[in-house]
Amino acid sequence: MIKNFIKNAGWPRIIIALFLLALFITAPFVGVNVFTSFNNTVVRFGMNGIMVLAMIPMVQAGCGLNFGLPLGIIAGLLGATLSIELNTEILAKLAELGEQYKISWLTQEFLTTYREPIGFASAIIIAIPVAAVLGWLYGKLLNRVKGDEMMIATYVGFSSVSFMCIAWLLLPYKHPTMVWGYAGRGLRTTISVEGYWLHVLNDWLALKFEDTVKIGDKVLDVNLAIPTGMLIFFAIIAFIVWIFMRTKTGTAMTAVGSNPEFARASGVNVDKMRTISVVMSTILGAIGIIVYEQSFGFIQLYMGPFYMALPAVASILLGGASVNKATILNVIIGTFLFQGILTMTPTVFNSVFQTDMSEVIRLIVSNGMILYALTRKVRA
Amino acid sequence: MSDNNNAPLLQLDHIGKEYYGNRVLSDISFSIEAGEILGLVGENGAGKSTLLNILFGMPVISSTGGYEGSLYLDGKQVNFTSPTQALAAGIGMVHQEFSLIPGFTATENILLNREVLNGSLMSYVFSERVSTLDRDAMKARASEAIKTLGVHISPDMTVNEMPVGYKQFIEIAREIDRKNTRLLFLDEPTAVLTEQEADILLIALGKLAKSGIAIVFISHRLNEVKTLCDRILVLRDGKLITDQKASGLTTRQIASLMVGRESLRKEEPVEIPDEPVEEANVNDALTTTVKKKKKKPALKVEHLWVDMPGETVRDVSFEVQKGEIFGIGGLAGHGKLGIPNGIMGLYPAGGKVRLFGKKLTLNRPRAALGRKMAFVSEDRRGVGLLLDEPLDWNITFTAMQMQGRFLIGIPHIFQLRNELAMAKETRKFIESLSIKCTGPNQKAGELSGGNQQKVCLAKAFVLRPDILLICEPTRGIDIGAKTLVLDTLKEYNKEHGTTIIITSSELEELRSVCDRVAIVDEGKIAGVLPASSPAEEFGMLMMGEKLRSALAYTE
Repeated sequence: MIKNFIKNAGWPRIIIALFLLALFITAPFVGVNVFTSFNNTVVRFGMNGIMVLAMIPMVQAGCGLNFGLPLGIIAGLLGATLSIELNTEILAKLAELGEQYKISWLTQEFLTTYREPIGFASAIIIAIPVAAVLGWLYGKLLNRVKGDEMMIATYVGFSSVSFMCIAWLLLPYKHPTMVWGYAGRGLRTTISVEGYWLHVLNDWLALKFEDTVKIGDKVLDVNLAIPTGMLIFFAIIAFIVWIFMRTKTGTAMTAVGSNPEFARASGVNVDKMRTISVVMSTILGAIGIIVYEQSFGFIQLYMGPFYMALPAVASILLGGASVNKATILNVIIGTFLFQGILTMTPTVFNSVFQTDMSEVIRLIVSNGMILYALTRKVRA
Repeated sequence: MSDNNNAPLLQLDHIGKEYYGNRVLSDISFSIEAGEILGLVGENGAGKSTLLNILFGMPVISSTGGYEGSLYLDGKQVNFTSPTQALAAGIGMVHQEFSLIPGFTATENILLNREVLNGSLMSYVFSERVSTLDRDAMKARASEAIKTLGVHISPDMTVNEMPVGYKQFIEIAREIDRKNTRLLFLDEPTAVLTEQEADILLIALGKLAKSGIAIVFISHRLNEVKTLCDRILVLRDGKLITDQKASGLTTRQIASLMVGRESLRKEEPVEIPDEPVEEANVNDALTTTVKKKKKKPALKVEHLWVDMPGETVRDVSFEVQKGEIFGIGGLAGHGKLGIPNGIMGLYPAGGKVRLFGKKLTLNRPRAALGRKMAFVSEDRRGVGLLLDEPLDWNITFTAMQMQGRFLIGIPHIFQLRNELAMAKETRKFIESLSIKCTGPNQKAGELSGGNQQKVCLAKAFVLRPDILLICEPTRGIDIGAKTLVLDTLKEYNKEHGTTIIITSSELEELRSVCDRVAIVDEGKIAGVLPASSPAEEFGMLMMGEKLRSALAYTE
């Protein structure tokens, strides 16, 4: 039975899980607050979960891991910045519509109370069509380079980020909180979402505890804030993906990934399925970054999205996915383990060595894990 | 040439080989002298390739448990475990597929890894690996090897610019250039050559033999074998059927030895005339046609061409009657597999295909499947199955995508797959075809070849087709499963009146299940014969000999 469990879970995952467990056990002895660390892990899980989820459609359709996730992220950034730029206009328009069609609940009061969720929703609503168009073009490109998708995807991601570096400067954004103060145009590298939709999901139904716990002779502050809303949002998106993979189209997509020749002989349009998967993945990437930003508090432009694909790729591989098979469970396990290690290692190591090594360790851990995860792909 | 104590150059003593309990060669003994040309003929799957693999020390032999019997070279027992050893012992091989480097010139290919080197200080200090090449000497050697073959090919021409015929000559030139080559195996060297080129090659081989090199020549063109070879060996079902002087055999005799007249595995008594009475056959055939003509043809193919790599179909026309089991036979590489693959839209195709009188759109698998045709591919693992998915996916997927079955929800808007219905249907087939598996959830890749083939059949049956196209139904499966698969097809045909078109390399199999069999030769139909025609007539058609009766029948 134990053998079976090891076989199903796979040694790498068990080792990483045991390592994470060891970190949590060591933490109190070196003066790290386990509760805070655990809370951080959960928050990071919620922030990154949807971007990891974005890997599923393309993996299942045989397009490999979506190293071009930055493309979806760019769509999300456009949605996010536009939602701030057009915030007043959107609210005014909604109020106007409410009056025009006599929608009783769409009052000025409603709009003021729900200003932040409306801003968040508008970011997503703007981002989705942008992501769909970009994803469609990206899918067309990937259909021309079958077999080399991951290499091409990496460069699609990199070059789109570089292209947007120019675009962020040139696009006619006007909003004072977003443009450079001295020039009055061109977006800043970091834009705060405070006052717009900071923590809209994190704070929704959030569970907060404040207490103290005595462990031995130490007194620990328990200060938990579980971002229930964000977790629920992740669960909803994950459920949509799960349901989609069980539809006729989703089944065809999986078959395309499993054996494109079989799918073609069964009358499935292979290229179309692949394009759909890329569009889905790009849209999920766009939604993912907006969820990330509302928790993080900032929109990071320019080189921000450059390396965003790698943690997502590493997470899903760590969760046990292969280059052509991935499940929701892989996403959940992988994201939790990856973010757990990423949170715990620096804090514990810093306390042990009494110096600030956090940034170095963070880099070693995350890049080391990507390296580990990518070597796994050969065996898949 | 070292001939010690008059031992033959190569002697095989009771060679046998089993692959996973599947016997492919048994008790092969023959010998070959220096300067002799031996013709080796046999149908596909007769064991020729396995024999070559043993002689050439291919790793596939040692990795599957070696072989039985012993090999003697110059009277000394040898056991090659890698091709390098065979090469060192003076055995050269020209494969059916080219093993040339496209971007290299003829010279570079011929002398690959045997280049003429310039001595230099660098090579003295380090090793030969760093020395430069003596291009002029290399060119001279290459030209000489090419000249021996009696053709004119520039040694500076790169291989990718050459016509196929030239490539074959370069392959042979490479083997000749090896100084110690004493025994040369040629696996269908003339298959890609024009008649003229083939003639030149045959003359060159004759010359080579005179210089003392022994040659084993494998070809399906019996005329060539007969003119070139001193002795002819016929292999059938892994056994050596005959070993005699070429002068004492006619091509017709060779053909009948290859196909094996007596081995028809029949279940119901079918009348087979012992001696080919051609007149009777023509009459017999004509009456069948007249009888069948009354029915509407289920499938009418006119001037079909299919661009399937390795199985090109050039110009094929035939008709299949409703409810008939129609066989398509012929040697590998002549295009028989291209016909069903082309009709199903899997490879670029042209021409006219009519299904129950209505035109079928080619090049679109969806169109073919939509017209209630089902297809079982010859490439079971490549096209036929989703190896990483469970059985129920494999069996119901096509029906789900094409016919919207095994789904719940609102059509075209939101439909989920109905896993219960999928599993139920799969269990039905597991039972009726007795597929050995743990259940509908087992992955297709974990099943044995025969059971995988049954899954492919189930996948086709689920579609409830009007016309079923099956390629190589028994390839790579054991005898028990073979019978079951063929019986299933016959039964299905009887029960549902489904028109079935079987493409197979095994003529006996076609003759035992089909009503009529078409033989494809070089991308064209060589003839259509009733299954009861004598085996040697089929054999002759396969070998590219047009039979009067067959011609009369097709017209």
